[in-house]
Amino acid sequence: MLAPITTGHYLVLSAALLLIGAVGILMRRNVVVIMMSIELILNAVNINLVAFDKYLHKLNGQIFAIFVITVAVAEAAVGLGILIALFRNKETVLVDEIDLLKW
Amino acid sequence: MPVNFMPTPQELFRFAPEMLLTLVATIIMVLEPLSGADGKRKFAVISFLSLAAAIALSVAAAGDPGAAFSSMIVVDGFSTFFRILVMVAGVLTILISTNYLRMEEHESGEYYALVLFSIVGQCIMVSANELIMLFIGLECSSIASYVLAGFLRDDKRNNESALKYFLLGSFATAFLLYGVAWIYGTTGYTNLSEIRRVLLDPNSNQNMVVISAATALMFVGFAFKVSAAPFQMWAPDVYQGAPAPVTAFMSVGPKAAAFAMFLRVLMTAFEPVKDRWEPLLWTSALATMVIGNFAALRQTNIKRLLAYSSIAHAGYIMVALTAHSDIGTAAAMFYLASYTFMNIGAFAVVTYIARKGERHVEIQDLAGLSQRRPVVAAMLTIFLLSLTGIPLTAGFFGKFYIFKAALDANMVWLAVLGMLNSAVAAYYYLRLIVVMYMQAPSDEMEELPAPSVGIQAAMFAAAAATVFLGVFPSVVLDYAGKSASFIR
Repeated sequence: MLAPITTGHYLVLSAALLLIGAVGILMRRNVVVIMMSIELILNAVNINLVAFDKYLHKLNGQIFAIFVITVAVAEAAVGLGILIALFRNKETVLVDEIDLLKW
Repeated sequence: MPVNFMPTPQELFRFAPEMLLTLVATIIMVLEPLSGADGKRKFAVISFLSLAAAIALSVAAAGDPGAAFSSMIVVDGFSTFFRILVMVAGVLTILISTNYLRMEEHESGEYYALVLFSIVGQCIMVSANELIMLFIGLECSSIASYVLAGFLRDDKRNNESALKYFLLGSFATAFLLYGVAWIYGTTGYTNLSEIRRVLLDPNSNQNMVVISAATALMFVGFAFKVSAAPFQMWAPDVYQGAPAPVTAFMSVGPKAAAFAMFLRVLMTAFEPVKDRWEPLLWTSALATMVIGNFAALRQTNIKRLLAYSSIAHAGYIMVALTAHSDIGTAAAMFYLASYTFMNIGAFAVVTYIARKGERHVEIQDLAGLSQRRPVVAAMLTIFLLSLTGIPLTAGFFGKFYIFKAALDANMVWLAVLGMLNSAVAAYYYLRLIVVMYMQAPSDEMEELPAPSVGIQAAMFAAAAATVFLGVFPSVVLDYAGKSASFIR
């Protein structure tokens, strides 16, 4: 018999996603993978919000999560647009080759 | 919970400036593809007029202060002050943008629509009394700014600036959100006043470690948006790469709004746990000032120099935040107002001397400006003296009130170190003035045509405001002092 899934489990899952996302942003060179890592952190937030809602018997968190999802989509669209504009000019998606502005 | 979801006319009126700007920006987006190549100018006029109308509406809405939409947003003296400030920044930005965009052959309605959307986001940020609203305002403002930073999409510098701004910006927002989620989880509320009530309640038995960790995560997001150390490294790259008028806008509008939101969150919701975040802010304020000022010393690019200078100014404002008193809040408000005018003014001059393709943004390009364009040189001198903090300019009283607030809060060391920092800053600002007045122009320099009407208007308005705030600071300061205490 498996133990029931509690709020704590969700919080651990969310913390793990945050960690994976943060490490991905810092370690990866490919901009697309970095964007995916940012999405991971935002999903960690959503899991947190919904898990807290279940625990607190409230609705604010679920509404918040819907807003986070919506805004994340808009943000990803803008990010990919910026990346395409950059790729047309520079033919690269690796962050360490994007180094025009440096002191 | 029985909630009436229909907003009352009173509530709608309090939100009217944002609604007007959203409507106008959407109409511009619709009209943009329908207008010919020579019809783009009207969008500048439309957005200019709509901002003027929105400022009038904000003033009218201030006559009936209070909360709206189940206290999701709150219209008080503080939010009115910042609403008007970001809109004035928007007006000045539009004035310096039109000629630049025409020169770069990129004039389009989208630019003005994006500026308006960004201002709507900033207005929501400054009046949000709720973490969900705050997030939406922040993203509204940021997403529009990401696009603006890369507006000339054929320019590699623009592309790179936009990408860096986007990646680091969304990273910071994600951290902010993670902190917000934990605050919601531990207190059970997203409303700032409710969070404050829970934190003040001695029986609520909060886990202080979790609250501190969540506050620290939120601090990451806020510090990024105001370009405070240790999250300032994006600012020089982004400011240097973005189009000059956009840099002018980004360095004042989103920054003022982010500081307003930072102030409101610290002074309302997290005021009860101030012992936890005060050391964090203290360190960050000092590091921001030192990094900004010392890195600016060795810059040769004017835009990059002004980027580091804007980091240093963020540091001074962080000093006012660290003081966490009503005097400190009023000082930060006054400083942001004067900073808006002097910085946009300086960037108006940079936009003017940059010429097509922004080829002339090195300090040496200022050589002999006093002979080539004496009026422009005089204007830039006023802005630089004000950024230095010379008496009779707005910057002097801004710094004076901030360090006074720090002294009143018994932060003698922070005030002393801040003043030493502003002495360092004098070096790099005065160096620009020396180059303008003491060095002869080189022979290869091309003729500088007279500045366009828009740039002239923005320059004179900003210079007039800078001097006015320097001579009669009490006009703004009295208002700031009255509106510095929040509805808690």
